Amino acid sequence: MKNQFSIVKHFKIFTIISILLCITGLVSLLALPFGVNLYNFDIDFAGGTQMEFRMPNTKLDANVLREIQDLVKDKTGVTPNAPQITGEQNNEVIVRSTSLTSEQRASVIAAMQEKYKLTDDDLLSNEDVGKTVGDDLKKAALSSAVLAVILMLVYISFRFEFTSGLAAVLCLVHDLLVMLSVYVIFQLPFNQNFIACALTILGYSINASIIVFDRIRENLRTARKESFEDIADRSIWQTMGRTINTTLTTMFTIGMVFILGVPSLRDFTLPLLIGIISGAYSSIFLSSSLWAFFRKRLKKRHHAA
Amino acid sequence: MKKSIFSFIAVLLVIGVMAAAVITGFTIPGGFVTPVNMSAEEAANAKVIIPSIHDATNGIRRGLDLVGGSSITFEADLPDDYDSKNLSDDMSTAQSLLRSRLTAEGYTEANVSIQGDNRLLVEIPNIKNPEDAVQMLGKTAKLTFVDMAGKEWLTGADVKKATAVFGAASASSVVSEWYVALEFKSDAVQKFYEATSAISKMDPLNGQNRLAIVLDEEIVSAPGVSEAINSSTCSINGNFTEESARELANLINVGQLPFSLNQVELRSVGPQLGANALQTSVYAAAIGIALVCIFMIVVYRLPGFIACIALAFYCTLELIVLGLLHVNLSLPGIAGIILSIGMAVDANVIIFERIKEELRAGKTVKAAIDSGFKRAFTAILDSNITTLIAAGVLYFLGTGTIVGFATTLGLGVILSMFTALTLTHFLLNRMVDFKIRNAKVYGA
Repeated sequence: MKNQFSIVKHFKIFTIISILLCITGLVSLLALPFGVNLYNFDIDFAGGTQMEFRMPNTKLDANVLREIQDLVKDKTGVTPNAPQITGEQNNEVIVRSTSLTSEQRASVIAAMQEKYKLTDDDLLSNEDVGKTVGDDLKKAALSSAVLAVILMLVYISFRFEFTSGLAAVLCLVHDLLVMLSVYVIFQLPFNQNFIACALTILGYSINASIIVFDRIRENLRTARKESFEDIADRSIWQTMGRTINTTLTTMFTIGMVFILGVPSLRDFTLPLLIGIISGAYSSIFLSSSLWAFFRKRLKKRHHAA
Repeated sequence: MKKSIFSFIAVLLVIGVMAAAVITGFTIPGGFVTPVNMSAEEAANAKVIIPSIHDATNGIRRGLDLVGGSSITFEADLPDDYDSKNLSDDMSTAQSLLRSRLTAEGYTEANVSIQGDNRLLVEIPNIKNPEDAVQMLGKTAKLTFVDMAGKEWLTGADVKKATAVFGAASASSVVSEWYVALEFKSDAVQKFYEATSAISKMDPLNGQNRLAIVLDEEIVSAPGVSEAINSSTCSINGNFTEESARELANLINVGQLPFSLNQVELRSVGPQLGANALQTSVYAAAIGIALVCIFMIVVYRLPGFIACIALAFYCTLELIVLGLLHVNLSLPGIAGIILSIGMAVDANVIIFERIKEELRAGKTVKAAIDSGFKRAFTAILDSNITTLIAAGVLYFLGTGTIVGFATTLGLGVILSMFTALTLTHFLLNRMVDFKIRNAKVYGA
């Protein structure tokens, strides 16, 4: 136990690693106000119509996709996005466009059924989200994230101290940015499930940070001569077993859903998996160091004042 | 020692019985029965104590994304000069309108609810042509008053207001009952008088003296007319319950609805997609649980085995509570459950790690277990409360499937904390009673 690697003293290395992990998410977020959209926004937030057909009688290729695109344009006057092939057997096609009226959608469905000999059951899903609903969802997403973070900050400040709350919240921002990077890099559909993913990771990551903080709090009570940094290091290593093992058990179950699950669940579990790993990483390598850092800074200012 | 063995076995039995109950369902009378195998009469009399996981009616409901179906959101298109004081009454009128249309089309399992201020959510399971439903539900209502010969006397535009009232329906009546008070606009009084005087002269024997109230093409009510009415008000009475009186009053008001309904959201999923999702998720959960159990036993040995019992109990409890709460299980909800299973052993892990440390510090097994639980408590509490905060915010601010996810996640956190602090503690203490006191068995 004597020659432990000091995590707190190597804070700089981990900060650099974190910045590299976050940079994609951060850049993509900052680019949004300038009209550059790197995300694969689902109709949930952007509004629009999305239909998913199973095409059992047709070999899907670029020509068919172009045919479908023309068909939609012909029936509605709206040019849809390029249709995408999906499904386990690559025999399903997703058509997405700006929001269509019910009449327009019905005519597209009827035309598709006639042209490709489809039944009602071959319309796997048919979704339409209006602009107002999408905007409401965006507002709800933002307000719930902000509210959750504030409530957690208050709770941690109350149970520990303000500087630890600040450190934990900074870790949350880190984990969220890592998740956003995942959404951008893997071009995952950015939909309302993102809200659920993000808040789960918030809870999970802060959960892990608190286990470490709890140990620091306990060790602080008994330690006399040790510096805060040393106590933090000791506490991180004491709780390392828990952090790793809980991360593993959670990954077992979520990982199974990722491996076996249907595509929509897979899109949901990939960011969860990465968020859980990121949460474990930030609570081990960042949270305590940040607490130590804020403690030093705020104390200094306190003395100066 | 004897007492310990007895209580140990008793606890295991209770868990076993509960686990069996959640699979088969536990109903009274009749003890263990599978509701599926009951006759309709038996099922109606049986009181469900613990709903079976297979019982989608009394227990966990399946969301439309699992069974297939459409959920359609309509928004009231409010005119600029709209008086928002009337909004809640008008929305409930619109709700009755949609309900009546769904029933008329045979969608008896459909559900209509008001969302927020000016939105209506329609959920229709097992529907083949959602676009037909969208157009059928969204069209402007046509309300007419016709006689049995089909002659149209008045329209919904002539109605000033219809209200459900409890009291004496007419001046001569002394009995209080629910009835619908109908008021026509002043310029429609003459038309109403002509209608009632003509209809009241028709033959009552064949039910010809009726003024049918027709919504779209469907007769919603056909009260008999016994005399000519020269007044702006009249009452429709006869065996109304509060609910049916309100429903009819709402439907008559449809003609006065000052807004149209626009579909702003449609989510329609075919039955195939959802069935696959449920099936694979159950497999994933089973394999995931098995992996977690193997891992816990390998790493923590005896306590790990106990954690597996606690996990089984946790899963049982979770399914029971979800069933009793009639949770509407959606795809993200399932992900929430599976995630919470992985997280459920967390409290156990925290405690066992602590026990290991205490053992390494040279404590006896009994002392290590005691102080392990004591010291782990604040960590477990603080860490779980923060997750609960996230789940709570999602529950109150989220919409649709997100609420299901928040429910399963939040419930998982509470139940896992409960099982770790009670059952794991109890079982570990029994192990000590059984004189299993070799520190190695406890993972040290």
